[in-house]
Amino acid sequence: MNQEVLNHLPYKSSFRFVDHITELSSDGVIGDYTLRKDSFFYRDHFEGNPVTPGVIITEIMAQIGLVVLGIYLLMKDNEGSLTADEPMFPLLTSTEVSFHKMVLPGQKVIVTSEKEYFRFGKLKCYVEMHDSAGDIVAKGMFSGIVKKVELKNG
Amino acid sequence: MTREEILNELKSVFAPYTTNKEMLANINDQTDLITDLKINSANLVDIIIDAEAKYNIEIDYDSADKMINVGSCIDVISEKLNQK
Repeated sequence: MNQEVLNHLPYKSSFRFVDHITELSSDGVIGDYTLRKDSFFYRDHFEGNPVTPGVIITEIMAQIGLVVLGIYLLMKDNEGSLTADEPMFPLLTSTEVSFHKMVLPGQKVIVTSEKEYFRFGKLKCYVEMHDSAGDIVAKGMFSGIVKKVELKNG
Repeated sequence: MTREEILNELKSVFAPYTTNKEMLANINDQTDLITDLKINSANLVDIIIDAEAKYNIEIDYDSADKMINVGSCIDVISEKLNQK
């Protein structure tokens, strides 16, 4: 099941920030990603002093915490499958994140997400990121739409 | 509850999701949540969930789909309250 969820992730190469799913249920997900030393953003952020940008930290949290869980929830709703001809465009609709510690090239980060609700196609989760020492890196609320819902005017 | 009472209570339900305080103070049945109050369409889900908790009602998908302006929100809430 975990591998099937990973296969449905729409992100490719340089923008795919999920390595492993270690726990996955209707209530939440735990997954990890190891920052590649040759990632495109390190060259310029910052020159000679590579640090993982906050937007990338946010993206890692969203991909594991919202998109992985969202795909799983949709597959469960559809009795274990997502139709292949149904394009998947997960959209982030809001985030509120605080950052606590820097993440350097090559570090592994662990993302833990707890579902607040999944209703009318919107998934809202409380997401935390820790480093391999167990220190908190970032935390916050994430919301996204994982399936197109025809809210009028929306 | 009268429609006017619900309308006044809705102001506090909408408040966390709009920065347009002047428009919020003067809402009427025709006020559109997205185009007038500039509420992020995904936050309509939060408004529905907050309204459910406030009035102890359950709003189904079809009813939620109707809740695009203040008048239709009041329609749905009073309908659900009357069913209790």
